[in-house]
Amino acid sequence: MSQLLTEFRRPELLQIVALTLRVTGAALLLATVAGVPIGALLGLVRFRGQRLVTLVLYTGMGLPPVVVGLFVYLSLSSSGPLGVLGWLFTPTAMIVAQAIIAFPLVAGLTMSAVAGVDRAVRQQVFALGASRWQSAWTVLLEARVGVTAAIVAAFGGIISEVGAVMLVGGNIEGQTRVLTTAIVLYTRQGEFALAMALGVVLIAVAFGANVLLLRLQGRLRDQ
Amino acid sequence: MTTAPACYRLESVQHRYGGRVVLDIGSLEIRRGETLAVIGPSGSGKSTLLRLLQFLERPTAGRLWFDERLVDSEPALDVRRRVTTVFQRPFVLNRSVRANLAFGLHVRGWSNRPAEIDHLLTALGLAPLAHAPAQSLSGGEIQRVALARALAFDPDVLLLDEPTANLDPRNVRLVEDLIRERQAQGVTVVLATHQIFQARRLAHRAALLLDGQVIEVGPTAEMLDHASDPRTRAFLSGDMVY
Ligand SMILES: Nc1ncnc2c1ncn2[C@@H]1O[C@H](COP(=O)(O)OP(=O)(O)OP(=O)(O)O)[C@@H](O)[C@H]1O
Ligand SMILES: [Mg+2]
Repeated sequence: MSQLLTEFRRPELLQIVALTLRVTGAALLLATVAGVPIGALLGLVRFRGQRLVTLVLYTGMGLPPVVVGLFVYLSLSSSGPLGVLGWLFTPTAMIVAQAIIAFPLVAGLTMSAVAGVDRAVRQQVFALGASRWQSAWTVLLEARVGVTAAIVAAFGGIISEVGAVMLVGGNIEGQTRVLTTAIVLYTRQGEFALAMALGVVLIAVAFGANVLLLRLQGRLRDQ
Repeated sequence: MTTAPACYRLESVQHRYGGRVVLDIGSLEIRRGETLAVIGPSGSGKSTLLRLLQFLERPTAGRLWFDERLVDSEPALDVRRRVTTVFQRPFVLNRSVRANLAFGLHVRGWSNRPAEIDHLLTALGLAPLAHAPAQSLSGGEIQRVALARALAFDPDVLLLDEPTANLDPRNVRLVEDLIRERQAQGVTVVLATHQIFQARRLAHRAALLLDGQVIEVGPTAEMLDHASDPRTRAFLSGDMVY
């Protein structure tokens, strides 16, 4: 136990935590900015091909992260279509991969939450004089518990993900090493106390981030 | 009264759901500033008529005018903002009672009018609940919130669908007093109800709807006391028709 405590003082720990938050935070932001409006739109309107889009989205929610990693790796590798960007083995590549993993989760669950809002709400809001946009925003607010759950689920999915970030980031010390890849490495090296310490930190970070998200949800209610 | 301009005019209006005709109105005029009671048994099409008047749906066939303008697509925002409905099953937003009352003002970009909201809360006995989450309220309380919310932004046309169905006699009085206040201000009211006594208390004219058809329409007392159509008499006396 005392060994576990000393591990918390390792200087590289802070750096790893900071990078983890930066990568996952940026990816979640991207996925939310794109996924919530798109999910809301899909939940609000009826159009041709909707079932297909829904199917694609739901499949995307279950996409194996390592396959996304492979796809991003091939796209960003020097011979790939986006190789000129030089993003492979940088945090940017990790953000791209995590954003792709998070997007269907955010969009798909937002869609279900919005579609689940009673039709009566929309009629009521219309009758009270809301414009189209005001009406969409109000429905989204009514669905906020589900939308928050979508973001929380996506966050949990990517912060704990290891395969994709390992592939596209390369787990380079001081550059692309995040909590999950560090845990894998230290466990392999037999540094169990350090790996455990990192595991505890990962859980604490996830807990803290979810507290923040739930607060945001509460704030929206009081608006 | 007959010279008052029309607020709504319906001409050969039919409305169908899945092929079934639920509304079939040859002609009906709702005058500006009047209160028309739409009475009729359950399923006769009262709520459907109100949905058309609220522009939520377009008639399957026939023509509807609002303010002398043909309604063939969704009216402009400023036009439809003059009309509001208190639905039979009102839905309150997942916010405080006060925030629900302010919603109509909020979407219009008007200031919050705290004094007006306080007045409505008090008038409907909702003041102690102002900060409660609206969805935790009882059915009767929600119905009063819905009415207050509709009145807060001073609509020109008020469509009321059984506005007192869940209320005790005291609250029925509160609601009817508020409706009378708006009548005096010239608001046009369409009141769907199966309570004949309420129609008598509030409405200038009454229309009887049976199976989607207007059987009879006329000044309330005259129609209720001297119905000319045997089906109206049967409905009024409580012998159900069909
Ligand atoms: N969206 C809909 N789809 C299909 N049928 C509908 C729909 N809305 C109403 N109806 C049908 O239309 C008929 C008229 O319904 P409406 O709600 O207008 O009656 P009502 O006079 O308001 O009855 P109540 O007094 O019970 O409220 C009913 O038979 C109802 O089942
Ligand atoms: Mg009804």
